[in-house]
Amino acid sequence: MAEIKLMKGNEVIAEAAIRCGCDGYFGYPITPQSEVMETLMLREPWKTTGMVVLQAESEIAAINMVYGAASCGKKSMTSSSSPGISLKQEGLTYLAGAELPCLVVDVVRGGPGLGTIQPAQSDYFQATKGGGHGDYHLLVLAPASVQEMNDFVALGFDLAFKYRNPVMILADGVIGQMMEKVQLSEPVPRWSREDIERISGDWALTGRQKGRERHISTSLELDSYKQEIFNHKLQAKYRLMEANDTRHEELSCEDADYLFVAYGSSARICQKAMQLCREQGIKVGLLRPITLYPFPKIPTRTLAERVKGILTVEMSAGQMVEDVRLAVNGLTPVEHFGRYGGVIPTPEEIVEALKKQFIGA
Amino acid sequence: MELTDIIREENLVYKKSPLLTDNVMHYCPGCSHGVVHALIASVIEEMGIQEKTVGVSPVGCSVLAYNYLDIDWAEAAHGRAPAVATGISRLHPDRYVFTYQGDGDLASIGTAEVMHACNRGENIVIVFINNAIYGMTGGQMAPTTLVGQVTSTTPRGRDVKLNGFPLKITELLAQLDGTGFVTRQAVHTPAAIRKTKNALKKAFENTKKEKGTSFVEVVGTCSSGWKMTPAEANRWMVENMFPKYPLGDIKDI
Ligand SMILES: Cc1ncc(C[n+]2csc(CCOP(=O)(O)OP(=O)(O)O)c2C)c(N)n1
Ligand SMILES: [Mg+2]
Repeated sequence: MAEIKLMKGNEVIAEAAIRCGCDGYFGYPITPQSEVMETLMLREPWKTTGMVVLQAESEIAAINMVYGAASCGKKSMTSSSSPGISLKQEGLTYLAGAELPCLVVDVVRGGPGLGTIQPAQSDYFQATKGGGHGDYHLLVLAPASVQEMNDFVALGFDLAFKYRNPVMILADGVIGQMMEKVQLSEPVPRWSREDIERISGDWALTGRQKGRERHISTSLELDSYKQEIFNHKLQAKYRLMEANDTRHEELSCEDADYLFVAYGSSARICQKAMQLCREQGIKVGLLRPITLYPFPKIPTRTLAERVKGILTVEMSAGQMVEDVRLAVNGLTPVEHFGRYGGVIPTPEEIVEALKKQFIGA
Repeated sequence: MELTDIIREENLVYKKSPLLTDNVMHYCPGCSHGVVHALIASVIEEMGIQEKTVGVSPVGCSVLAYNYLDIDWAEAAHGRAPAVATGISRLHPDRYVFTYQGDGDLASIGTAEVMHACNRGENIVIVFINNAIYGMTGGQMAPTTLVGQVTSTTPRGRDVKLNGFPLKITELLAQLDGTGFVTRQAVHTPAAIRKTKNALKKAFENTKKEKGTSFVEVVGTCSSGWKMTPAEANRWMVENMFPKYPLGDIKDI
């Protein structure tokens, strides 16, 4: 029977991790996501599923513990918020370079610097454009509800292992802190030694067994021609992600004259703004990117051919708008509306922004 | 007498551990890294734990250690090896996990990771090669560089006013309740090599006994970085490094 509960987004991340058979969580406290590790410590999954939970000395250590665990073919994860995610960038580029699967949850808060503990979407660039050094990408999922906080944990691990690539859940302080009804996933057991052998047997560090070559998790290649070949391989992987695992949602787009493009909690607010617009006779639709990398370029472009204007709504000074403009490539005007520094936009001001940009007062 | 008369099984006094690959080592003549690699290989071989051991290599001259020892390896970011080893060991509690790190890696950029791994008493072995210099990047000052020692970033010698003091991190780590065995060794003579091998063996055996973190420092030479011949480097090490970094067990519980 489906288990339906009223829970906080952050708590759900912890619950979903245990239920999807996660092997290891390594974290460091930071608002607004500390409930993830707190929930895990209360639940003591090492006594039930055997999942390891460890409070690391820093975000740097936590992501490197993930690197070690991921090297073993284990489902491993960490979570943090913006300043902590900045510290994890070194580890993330090493994980991407060594082609290791893992899950990283970023419950974004406003910046720069120590900034604010209030929600923001100002780390879109960092999440989608690599974040650390080198030509690499994370696969980035953007939940817009507590339900998706649940669903994207298992999905995130699936995609991470499918592509041998780190996956990020890019949430924000609203999604992390708000309570909603959620249908929790059915628990699945952790992978056995045989499962790991079957799924990751050609690369996982399990101890060099007789009859196989030693396995090495490394991102080092001193020969630049070989490094270039490896970079080609990464790019080919990203094209595959783009072809097969780009996700988005369209709401009321069939008859729309105008389009909101928004992700995460901004998309939730846009739903209300859309309703207000339609009450005033303005037909607006919503395109919600679910994967921010790869970005849903084709649906964006297809809708751009039909609408008179696109307004991106972000809790940032305008980051995703660049990807929308690249996808639209001049087919229709693309404007940005943003509140930032921890301020959440109201539906009313979004409606006003749309009218001001495209319709005239 | 022909050479083939001499090279016979019954005359064999020493042979390369089968765990050491046939890859030509990239280390400079006189470097200590190769000797320590060979010792680790022999210990793993003698204990019969090749299939149960995972190594973590650092950023430094030994970044390519995984080319030389035929076991599974993870290559860590600069200084992060103890955190990587923590991840491996926590999820593979029945494995022998060790890090292999230089002084820049372990005692400068990775100070926090090594402190906390030792303080948690991670059931791992940490092998620390102290050559008092950043070998890989061309001989810059390390945290363990001696006062007055000339390096490319202390061209007039290490000045404590500018650079502070040589860091005796091994003594610091011995203070932590998580460490079970902390020792400082060297590989400049056959006797020292034998002692280091015994220390490494004890360290790996401690993993089985779950005695907390075992820490083996090896004071080593970097003839290229120090700009000396291998023989001069050995002498300089005995005369200058050993007084500051005395050999022997610091903690054994
Ligand atoms: C984050 C980062 N900073 C700096 C470097 C450059 N770097 C490579 S090796 C090294 C020092 C290595 O010295 P040590 O750990 O003493 O090892 P050795 O080469 O002497 O064995 C440095 C600074 C790097 N690779 N990564
Ligand atoms: Mg050194």
